[in-house]
Amino acid sequence: MAGKTSQSEGASRTVSDVLHNETFRAILAQVILVGAVVLAAWYLVSNTLDNLAARQISTGFGYLTKNAGFEISDKFISVSAANSYGRALLAGLVNTLVVSLISIVLASLFGTIVGISRLSKNWLVAKLALTYVEGVRNIPLLLQLIFWWKVITAIAPQPRDALQILPEVFFSNRGLNFPLMSPDPVWGWVWLGLLVGIIGAVFIWRWANKVQARTGKRPGSIPLYLASIIGVPVLVWLVGGAPTGVDAPVLGRFSLTGGGSVSTALLAMIVGLTFYTSTFIAEIVRSGIQAVSHGQTEAGDALGLSRRQVLRLVVLPQALRVIIPPMTSQYLNITKNSSLGVAIGYQEIASITNTTLNQTGQAIEAIALMMVVYLSVSLTLSLLMNWYNHQIKLVER
Amino acid sequence: MKKFGLAVLAASAMAIGAGAAHAGTTLDAIKSRGSLKCGVSTGLAGFSIADSQGKWTGIDVDYCRALATAIFGDASKVEFSPLTAQQRFTALQSGEIDVLSRNTTWTITRDASLGLEFAGVNFYDGQGFLVKKSLGVESAKQLDGATVCIQPGTTTELNLADYFRANNMSFKPFVAETDNVAAEALQAGSCDVYTTDRSGLAATRASQLANPADYVILPEVISKEPLGPVVRRGDDDFFTIAKWTMYALLETEEFGINSKNVDEMAKSTNPGIQRLLGVTDQIGSKVLGVDDKWVYNIIKQVGNYGEMYERDIVPIGLDKRGVNDLWTKGGLMYAPPIR
Repeated sequence: MAGKTSQSEGASRTVSDVLHNETFRAILAQVILVGAVVLAAWYLVSNTLDNLAARQISTGFGYLTKNAGFEISDKFISVSAANSYGRALLAGLVNTLVVSLISIVLASLFGTIVGISRLSKNWLVAKLALTYVEGVRNIPLLLQLIFWWKVITAIAPQPRDALQILPEVFFSNRGLNFPLMSPDPVWGWVWLGLLVGIIGAVFIWRWANKVQARTGKRPGSIPLYLASIIGVPVLVWLVGGAPTGVDAPVLGRFSLTGGGSVSTALLAMIVGLTFYTSTFIAEIVRSGIQAVSHGQTEAGDALGLSRRQVLRLVVLPQALRVIIPPMTSQYLNITKNSSLGVAIGYQEIASITNTTLNQTGQAIEAIALMMVVYLSVSLTLSLLMNWYNHQIKLVER
Repeated sequence: MKKFGLAVLAASAMAIGAGAAHAGTTLDAIKSRGSLKCGVSTGLAGFSIADSQGKWTGIDVDYCRALATAIFGDASKVEFSPLTAQQRFTALQSGEIDVLSRNTTWTITRDASLGLEFAGVNFYDGQGFLVKKSLGVESAKQLDGATVCIQPGTTTELNLADYFRANNMSFKPFVAETDNVAAEALQAGSCDVYTTDRSGLAATRASQLANPADYVILPEVISKEPLGPVVRRGDDDFFTIAKWTMYALLETEEFGINSKNVDEMAKSTNPGIQRLLGVTDQIGSKVLGVDDKWVYNIIKQVGNYGEMYERDIVPIGLDKRGVNDLWTKGGLMYAPPIR
């Protein structure tokens, strides 16, 4: 009897010991939390499916393989009404990426110029930059996009009296038409050559770094890099028979046909996104430069560096560390803001999703898919920027 | 972004299972609310358009008034929600509105896979093309290479692509969210052609374009577009009322009963008219579950289908009834007997 009692006492002591164990409690709390989240998610999904079934609304992603049946105006991959919804959505994603990438590059360049101008000793330049930043960043982006779209569609001339802004480059209320080289298999190889040339230039740069570290003298010069980047594709072009056929836009019955074209919606998107985001980038660049202590500039001056050298070799490398993280946010913003294209008829992923949703009626699947796509694009961009941030961060010894 | 909001709202409403629309409850919800929620277009003359005082007119609006009269005996108990083409089905699925009366084409996909059903046809339409006369285009077959204004997410968007493919022609779409934007783009020359239902083109030409005489509707009709009211599945009683409200509008026109002579007609000894107007047989309360005077009220307050056509559609320039005339006059409008 006595032995039995002590045994059960021992058991209860162990149970209470475990219950009071800090690690156990911490794990238990996490298990309960994860369980609750999973349960809630399961409840939402199963309830949704039940309700959809009860209302006889079809579910599933089978619609992606069905024939889309609608045309897309700006396309950078081949897509037509004969393709599936999946293909149409892919074309929409490509449109999102194209407008985002172009805007990111332009906004970064323009924003950096404005940001540096804000710090200019020239009163007029500094105030002009300030006015630009404060004016543009305080107007909602949607209004700006609609404004640019209206400006282009209402003020630009009809296709038959299109403005010729450069030889064979026409601007009208249908957008921009420009000549392209006539299609030839050689061009694919030329692009490949360009890629090889760029990779070659990177290798030359690395080799130069190594030689400089070893001998203190830097071999190679700008012509060497240019020879690699330009020379390789030109060589490929010459070997391929040097095709020179040009496909220029000509006035057809309705508008300019042939060559390449950029629609008014895409133009308005690029202009709107670039101007709007460049104001934020300008502020980021300005604050980044100001975050570098003035002593650094003075030290550079004391070493006899020119103003340009001080900026390029001393200030900017240090400013970049401050600039990159908030810059990442701006790049993500551009990508997400491109979804405002729906308002002006630029057929990016949100716009195509809307059309798909309306033609198939599968709202939940379509919206979920779009959210996954935006999340993936944003996370990839984030990953790239974080990697770059890691590359340039202060190396501590 | 509005429609994302709506779609997300609908998705979350479905996820949480808000009882906005459970089996058999649509009619109960309408009655306890005291008004009918009707989804209409954002502005299409002849079908549904609001004037400067916010008063809605049009044949789709009149149908909703007739339906409200059948349920409440009062044509004013309707709330109108303007919806774009892309918002309309989600709004109906989620219970935001009770009936969608928004120049919506009846197709098998919409009828069978969206959890909705069509309650009839209040206008037989077909898709056409509107172009500037100055282009010198006489047939849709000459439109190869044109930029075409379309509203995204419509059947016309799909018919257009089909038609151009079938005729080996190419086009560039110009996506316009609303009829307004499309009209503006056509006027500014951002697109060469505007395509939608021919009634819509007539309405746009009459009410949105500065010089209607400068534009021409091409002769080709490239599709069948039967437009009609849509309700959500799950409440058969409400569906039946919605369906027979449409038939009552046609049946009364066939009997020659209109808003001006309805009081006189109520005294008629014709058994068919007596039955229709609820003098005998009590079809309203015994069969349909509404007031016996439902047809009388509809005609008294809204008018029959012919009157609606006269009032709403004729002013936009479609003075010939054509296929929208009664079957007795060579049209397609035919109601099963109300007895």
